[in-house]
Amino acid sequence: MKIHEYQAKKILSKFGVAIPKGEMAENPADARKIAEKIGPKVVVKAQIHAGGRGKGGGVKLADNPEQAEKIAAEIIGKILVTHQTGPEGKLVRKVLVEEALDINRELYIGIVIDRAKESPVVMASSEGGVEIEKVASETPELIFKEYIHPGIGLQTFQARKLAFKLGLQGDTFKKAVKFIRSLYQSFEASDASLAEINPLLITKRGDVLALDAKMNFDDNALLRHPDIQAMRDLTEEDPLEAEAAKYDLNYIKLDGNVGCMVNGAGLAMATMDIIKYSGSMPANFLDVGGGVSEEAVKNAFKILVSDKDVEAALINIFGGIVRCDMVANGIVNAAKEIGLNIPMVVRLEGTNVDLGKKILQDSGLDFFPASSMKEAAEKIVTLTAGK
Amino acid sequence: MSILINEKTRVVVQGITGSEGTFHTERMIEYGTHVVAGVTPGKGGQKHLNLPVYNTVAEAVEKEGADTSAIFVPPYFAADAIMEAAESGIGLVVCITEGIPTFDMIKVKQFLKEKNCYLIGPNTPGVISPGKCKIGIMPGHIHTQGTVGIISRSGTLTYEAVAQVSQAGFGQSTAIGIGGDPIVGLKFIDLLKMFNEDDETEGVILIGEIGGSAEEEAAAYIKAEFKKSAAGFIAGQTAPPGRRMGHAGAIIAGGKGTAAEKMKALKDAGVFVAESPADIGNKIKEALLHYS
Repeated sequence: MKIHEYQAKKILSKFGVAIPKGEMAENPADARKIAEKIGPKVVVKAQIHAGGRGKGGGVKLADNPEQAEKIAAEIIGKILVTHQTGPEGKLVRKVLVEEALDINRELYIGIVIDRAKESPVVMASSEGGVEIEKVASETPELIFKEYIHPGIGLQTFQARKLAFKLGLQGDTFKKAVKFIRSLYQSFEASDASLAEINPLLITKRGDVLALDAKMNFDDNALLRHPDIQAMRDLTEEDPLEAEAAKYDLNYIKLDGNVGCMVNGAGLAMATMDIIKYSGSMPANFLDVGGGVSEEAVKNAFKILVSDKDVEAALINIFGGIVRCDMVANGIVNAAKEIGLNIPMVVRLEGTNVDLGKKILQDSGLDFFPASSMKEAAEKIVTLTAGK
Repeated sequence: MSILINEKTRVVVQGITGSEGTFHTERMIEYGTHVVAGVTPGKGGQKHLNLPVYNTVAEAVEKEGADTSAIFVPPYFAADAIMEAAESGIGLVVCITEGIPTFDMIKVKQFLKEKNCYLIGPNTPGVISPGKCKIGIMPGHIHTQGTVGIISRSGTLTYEAVAQVSQAGFGQSTAIGIGGDPIVGLKFIDLLKMFNEDDETEGVILIGEIGGSAEEEAAAYIKAEFKKSAAGFIAGQTAPPGRRMGHAGAIIAGGKGTAAEKMKALKDAGVFVAESPADIGNKIKEALLHYS
């Protein structure tokens, strides 16, 4: 799960990570009040779940509270387009108003789980303020790493090593060590999957602060962090995806015109792949899961066909625990309820497959049955030919 | 022979009294698996499905000679269950549970370093040596005994591969779902090593997914040491970067872990890679003929 910058900073400051003074505002008047409190000079930052906000015009400096109000009025309600939002951009609903600080150096600190090493890794770089993937591919020698023992946690010597490598000294060095230790604590205690401070700011006075902050969380651990779960902003998510999540369905909207509905994530990806392999493009990823009910199949069907880009659909079910007859009933009921307005290829295999096929056949609806993935993909191509 | 499990395997089911545990234990017994006991803390002394239920795994090991565990406990209790099994002298743990927090699994992997215990999963359909033993939730009836080993990160896509292999005229020696999470127990490379030494196995199919680098590590091993035929498929050629595709582990992060990279690594290692998921059966047939 993703959260906004202002929310990440709230979590970080609880663990003692130094952040600039600031508050979130949902309207220009509030932005002005915040600037009056912490200003006069402030930075107004658009809050959306995407990076590259500065270049997209979503981060602006205000010399005084009046200007902060004016800038907030420009940014709130605006569609912000950055390299991470896609060409359609994202609507800005909130801004973060923060004290403007002078900049001596911009560094980078990030923590992720290293899958191959099966441990958290703290990464630091002297090249802050730019995309870390770029640094990693062009100048990997400028990224320093410390792997963390999962049972023992980050040790102070590891934080010291990183701070030395960043070339920090004196008081600033001490502050950076404390910063790294607190950042790791917040990462572990909140079951984060990413905690990224880019840039990490060193001021002219030698203070160390998180100028920007990004945190992502392990979805599997959210139930033990109700405070973090409450930070979920559904307005940042695709409406169909949010709808699917309500029914425990995994749905991701894509650019193609062939919808698909599959049981199991691996088979769902493979079904998308065969659609492309056969010459069309998938309109979505939709995994109805392993323990799916008739009701869930119905809901999945509705979400699938409510995507206006879908011109044909492929349903691919390999029954194991899930019975094909149950899935067939779900499809037939949904089609009768909301109509079958697009050609739909249905491939059933596995447990109770004959019963499932019979239900489709007896329904009187125009499904296109297929007995293998290959046949299903070929039928889809024929049905979408010329579109 | 097969790998990991066979007709002698003695299984204890952790979480046997829950609805999932009950349902799948019945299916495993039907298949012929020797389930010897169940464990549910606080329900020791009861009988469930005619099996003795114990409070601890240690008792099931001591009194019933259990050597393998199947775990069906809820996600927030699963890490604890795996560690209890490993501590009690269980040699193989198959953890079916989906949704275990990543940090829990990192701690489990650290704990297992000091134990003599293999872990399969979590978030796996399980392991089956057809005709001998089934531990997990896969439909037993689609499998046939034979000479092809299958290692997969997925569930239903594994069933698809199994069905294609059977249709191509081959059975399976052992089919393993290694799990769809970012942190799992045994990986492709560990299981390839076991298949390499297994007399019954003539060829192996790898079913990978986007995310991580386990397929690339497997490719390096195959190139250097694997003596048998190999075919493969990578799911997620059309998956957008940065999006989690159902499985927690299936995500292209920072431009790394794409299907194209993995397919190339496997091809370079001499693996017969299927571009289309409908060709998995054909590819293992080609691979077996090529080296016979």
